[in-house]
Amino acid sequence: MIFKVDNGCFSYTEGREILKNISFEIKDGNVLSVLGPNGAGKTTLLKCMIGLLKWNRGASLLDGKNISDIPVRKLWQKIAYVPQAKNSVFAYTTEEMVLLGRSAHIGTISQPSKQDYEKAEMAMMDVGIAHLRGKECSRISGGELQMVLIARALTAEPSILVLDEPESNLDFKNQLIILEKLKELSMNKGIAVVFNTHYPSHALKISDKSLIMKKDGLCLFGETKKVINCINMRDSFSVNVHIEELEICDVKHYLVVPLSIV
Amino acid sequence: MVYRATATENKKAILLLVLIVIPVLAAPICIGIGRYSLSVGESIKVLFNAAVFGKESVEPQSYSVIIGLRLPRIILALFAGAGLAVSGASFQALFGNPLATPDTMGVAAGASFGAALALLIGDNLIWIQSVSLIVGLIAVFLTYSISRIKGRATIIMMVLSGIVIATMFQAFVSLVKYMADPEDKLPAITYWLMGSLTGITYKSLLIGLPFLIVGITIILLLRWKLNVLSLSEDEAHSMGVNVRKMRLFIVLASTMITASAISMCGQVGWVGLVIPHIARMIFGSNNRFIIPASISLGAVFMILIDTIARSATQGEIPVSILTATVGAPFFIYLLKRTGGAWV
Repeated sequence: MIFKVDNGCFSYTEGREILKNISFEIKDGNVLSVLGPNGAGKTTLLKCMIGLLKWNRGASLLDGKNISDIPVRKLWQKIAYVPQAKNSVFAYTTEEMVLLGRSAHIGTISQPSKQDYEKAEMAMMDVGIAHLRGKECSRISGGELQMVLIARALTAEPSILVLDEPESNLDFKNQLIILEKLKELSMNKGIAVVFNTHYPSHALKISDKSLIMKKDGLCLFGETKKVINCINMRDSFSVNVHIEELEICDVKHYLVVPLSIV
Repeated sequence: MVYRATATENKKAILLLVLIVIPVLAAPICIGIGRYSLSVGESIKVLFNAAVFGKESVEPQSYSVIIGLRLPRIILALFAGAGLAVSGASFQALFGNPLATPDTMGVAAGASFGAALALLIGDNLIWIQSVSLIVGLIAVFLTYSISRIKGRATIIMMVLSGIVIATMFQAFVSLVKYMADPEDKLPAITYWLMGSLTGITYKSLLIGLPFLIVGITIILLLRWKLNVLSLSEDEAHSMGVNVRKMRLFIVLASTMITASAISMCGQVGWVGLVIPHIARMIFGSNNRFIIPASISLGAVFMILIDTIARSATQGEIPVSILTATVGAPFFIYLLKRTGGAWV
C-alpha cells in the first residue's frame, strides 16, 4: 500500500489558502507525524487527506487511485480515522462503541454478525482494554476513551490509521501507552500510522517521517530526524529550541527544549 | 477465540422477547374493556369466530362493538404508538440530541395545520387525513430546503429551520381557529387537535397504515447504523456511512410516520419523547435494542392510553391530555429514581 498526497491545496474561504501544495507519501508500516503551530491547519490537513474535506486542488491517492473515485465503503475499509476524543451524547458501552468501527464492513440494513463481535473483542484485547467491557464510555477516563477509539478504528482492519492529537490531554503514562501502541501497530501489523501532535519529542520517539506545517500554508516533509531540527522548528513555531540526544540503557531518547520566543 | 455474550446481553435478549409479547397480550385484554365489557377469553372467541367463521357466527352486538368499533382503534393505537415512539427514537439518534422529536422538524405543526384546514372546509375523515399528510410532508420539505446551505444541511441548521417552520404553521393553525365558526367548526378543530382515536374506520386505516408500516420498517432495518449516525458527522462519515443519504431516509420515514399518525388521531404529544427514554433506561443506548423496544413499548402505551380514554368516563377523554397526565408523572418518577443516569 502506498498513500500519497499530491499538491493538495485547501481554503475555507476563497482567496485564503491555509494549505498550499502539500505533498507527501507513506507506505505500509510507516509512522508519519504532523507538527505545526496552533491554527496552522493540522486537523484540516488530516481531514483533507482522507476526504472528509475536499481538496480545492490536488488529490489524495491510495495505491495510485484518487480516493474520491473509490466507493465510500471500500475506502473506509482501508482508512480508519480517530478524531480528537470527545464523548458521544448517548452512553454506549465500550464494546458497543468499538463494534461501530465494523460499520464499513456491515451492509446498510444488516446487523453485526458474530464474526464482527469477535473482531471487536479482539481489537479490545489488542489495545489492552478487554477489562473495560460492559462499562459506559461516559464513565471511563480520557486515556481509556482514547484507547476505545483506537480499538474502534482497528476493528475496521485498516491499512492506514489516521489520528488527530491522540495523546494530547493525557497524562505521562497514558501518553506513553498510546505512543508505544501506535509504534507497535506499525511494526507488527504493518499499518501506516499518521498522527498530529504538539510534542516534537513524541514525533522523534515513534515516527519515521514528519511533516512540519508553517503559518503561511507551506510545509516541510522528510525523515523525522532530519526535518525536526533547530532551524525548521524556529521557522515554523517561531521558537528557538535545543535538541538533545540522550542514550539511556542503549535506547536513544530525544529531548526538545524550548529556549525562547523569536 | 470465540465471542461469548455477556450475562447482561443475554438478559437484554430475554427482556426484548418479553417486550414483543406484551402488546400481543395487551390487545385482547384491552379490547374487552369498556361499557360493553367482555373477558379476555370471550374477546378472543369473538375475534377468532369472526375471523374464521364470518360475521354471522358472532352475536350482532359483540360484532359491532368489538369488530366494528374497538378493533380498528386497537390496531390504530398499536401502530400509531409504535410509530410515534420509533420516530422519536430515530430523531434522537440522528440529531445526537436526546430531546429531539419529529416535532423538531416542524412535521407535527404542519400536519396539524393541514388537518385544521381540512376540518374547516369539510369533515370527511379521509379528506382530513390526506390534507394533513400532504401538509406534514410539505413542512418537512420546507425545513430541509431552508437548512441546506451550499448543498450541505448541518444538524444545527435543520433544528433551527424546524423551529421556524413549526412556529409558522402553529400561527396558521391559530389563524384557522380564528376564522372558524365558533358554533360548530371551532370546537371540532380544537377537539381534534387534542387527539382522539374515535371514529377510525377500516377504510381510513387502509389509507394511513401503509405509511406507518413502511416508515417503521425502514427505521427498524437501519437501526444499527443509527448508532453510527449519532456520532459526529466526520466520525459517521469515516465509518463508511453516506451521512446525507441516510439522514434523508430517516427524516422521510419519521415524517411519514408522524404525519400519518397525526392525520388519523390528531396531535398526540409526548410518546416520541418518553417512550425512547424508558427504552434507554432498560436497554442502554444501543439502537439495535432501543428501536424494537420503542416499537413495543409505544404500542402498549398507546393501547392503554386509548383504553382509558374511551372507558374511564362517560365521554371520551382527549388522548393528548392523557398521554401528558399519565406520562409526565411516570417520567418524573423515573427521572427521580435513576437521576437521569441513562443519558
